[in-house]
Amino acid sequence: MPNAKAFSIGDVTFDPAGDALVVFVKEDCPTCNDVMPLLAHWLRCELSIPLLVIGQTSDGNAALQARYDLEQPLLDDSSLAISFAWDIETVPTLVRTGSQARVLEGFVRDEWQALAADAGLPDYDYSTLPAWRPGCGSLSVDPQHYDRLRAEADGSPIRARKVDIGASDDEMEFLFDAGFTDGLPVVPPTPERVLRMLDGIDRDPQDIVACVPPNLADVTLEKIAINAVMAGCKPEYLPVVVAAVEAVCTDDFNIHGVMATTMGAAPVLVVNGPIRQRIGMNMGMGALGQGNRANATIGRAVRLVVRNIGGAVPGGTERSTLGSPLKFTMCFAEWEERSPWEPLHVERGFEPDDSVVTVFGMSSGPTYMVDQDSRSASQLAGSFGLCLKTAFHPRAHSATDTLIVVCPEHVDTLIRDGYSKADIRARIKEVSDARLGDLVEDDLSGVGLKRDKAAAIPEEKLDRIVPKFAEPEHIALVVAGSDAGKFSGAFHGWVRGPMGTIPVSKKINA
Amino acid sequence: MTTILDPTDERVPVARQLSPRPAQLAGSVALLDIAKPRGNVLLDRLSERLGQLAPNITINRYTKPTFTKPAPIDLRQQIAAENQLVVEALAD
Repeated sequence: MPNAKAFSIGDVTFDPAGDALVVFVKEDCPTCNDVMPLLAHWLRCELSIPLLVIGQTSDGNAALQARYDLEQPLLDDSSLAISFAWDIETVPTLVRTGSQARVLEGFVRDEWQALAADAGLPDYDYSTLPAWRPGCGSLSVDPQHYDRLRAEADGSPIRARKVDIGASDDEMEFLFDAGFTDGLPVVPPTPERVLRMLDGIDRDPQDIVACVPPNLADVTLEKIAINAVMAGCKPEYLPVVVAAVEAVCTDDFNIHGVMATTMGAAPVLVVNGPIRQRIGMNMGMGALGQGNRANATIGRAVRLVVRNIGGAVPGGTERSTLGSPLKFTMCFAEWEERSPWEPLHVERGFEPDDSVVTVFGMSSGPTYMVDQDSRSASQLAGSFGLCLKTAFHPRAHSATDTLIVVCPEHVDTLIRDGYSKADIRARIKEVSDARLGDLVEDDLSGVGLKRDKAAAIPEEKLDRIVPKFAEPEHIALVVAGSDAGKFSGAFHGWVRGPMGTIPVSKKINA
Repeated sequence: MTTILDPTDERVPVARQLSPRPAQLAGSVALLDIAKPRGNVLLDRLSERLGQLAPNITINRYTKPTFTKPAPIDLRQQIAAENQLVVEALAD
């Protein structure tokens, strides 16, 4: 419902407390053209109350002035700021302000005639006008303009610093030069796009979500939304990005260490629960690869937040020796419906209907575990164990963790023998356990227990078994991938534990 | 002209300046071990040399819990409160 507000156009200053008539029109609206002869008649007469006719485009106002032979131009609201501030949805809209306030939207002849009589306007032959016309949509609610107007309006939730890019500047090049990108182009975060992004979550845009290292900068929802726009997210992905940012900024996950380590770790995001289908995530063919917008951009948005808000920039505090494609983005969904086991988030204490994102700090992967031959679960899980012996280094034991992505064909082999996740973990342990005495450095490799230290250890202690992964929960298992192909994958971790990183799950509030 | 919103934490976009260097070595000097292997070896030797070079200074030793995370705020404040200079042993 329109709501009169004070405004100034040129030398006209309007006070909504006074008795006046204000009409909003648009040149290409047939109903507006139907009523223009009446408005032109009123504008030519001496009136007892002020009449302001406001047009919504400059060219259209000039055309209406010529077409209806007006002495004065219409008031120009081509910025649409007044139409937006007044909540005008339809043109024509006739508003009477002051003590006898009234609003007429569209054109109903009897209503206009009655209001004109009330206001003491001069007579007119109303039979020349149609009895009823619906009018058209106001330009201020046109999707082309609406988000810009929201961003520019007094009540806009936007607080971030605005950066003007010169007309002769290429905006994409500007964003590269400003250091805002990960090396790939980003979507320019205009206020309109950021507002649309913020529609994806029902929270105050100025809520602080987390403190992002290494700058230890507070990040608001608005700032996350800006980076989500740049990453290419849709608004409905925003709750996932927000939960993931919360997760990586915990002390357990330790995003500072994950980004700073020369080893080159990166966050790997696994999404569970009903939001997977709602936002169209890929959990099937090529789930860990390119091609799905949600998978690709959610992970990227998290990285851009860490880069732009946290200040983790390669060559600065991010000092990975080789880097990793994981550092661009790595996010996928678990194919819970294809899994015979509890999904990841339920294992980690959430309800099946909860939507949850879990973040892992991983240094490499997916490393394929190619086994097209094993026909029993113990053989296949044995293959997993053999492949995983190489995580970090075959002699690095109890140093890291792993996230295994079991492909559907391998799932079928494992469940044929009734293997649970615990059985898989036990078999991996059985195959990858090693005697301490077999983990001593030698001429083949300098990695391992140092020879002088080993020499000082009694023989029976060298028989001690050292697991590849210190705890069963250091082997995370999820299901994803296409129905064809016997190729599971494993991400190898970084330093697992309080000194390095611990996986973190956060519920997605969507 | 396109207007975009700043995606950063909006720190003033100027290069961070180094603190002014003191004219002489005096007061308390913090030696901070970030907990990387053999950082203590470097700092032991540095402590010895500083003691010979400037016998009047006080040397205070500190260690971060882990090199993988920023120093806890309490430790940073303690170092700042108790010292005029700090030397950090960065890596192995």
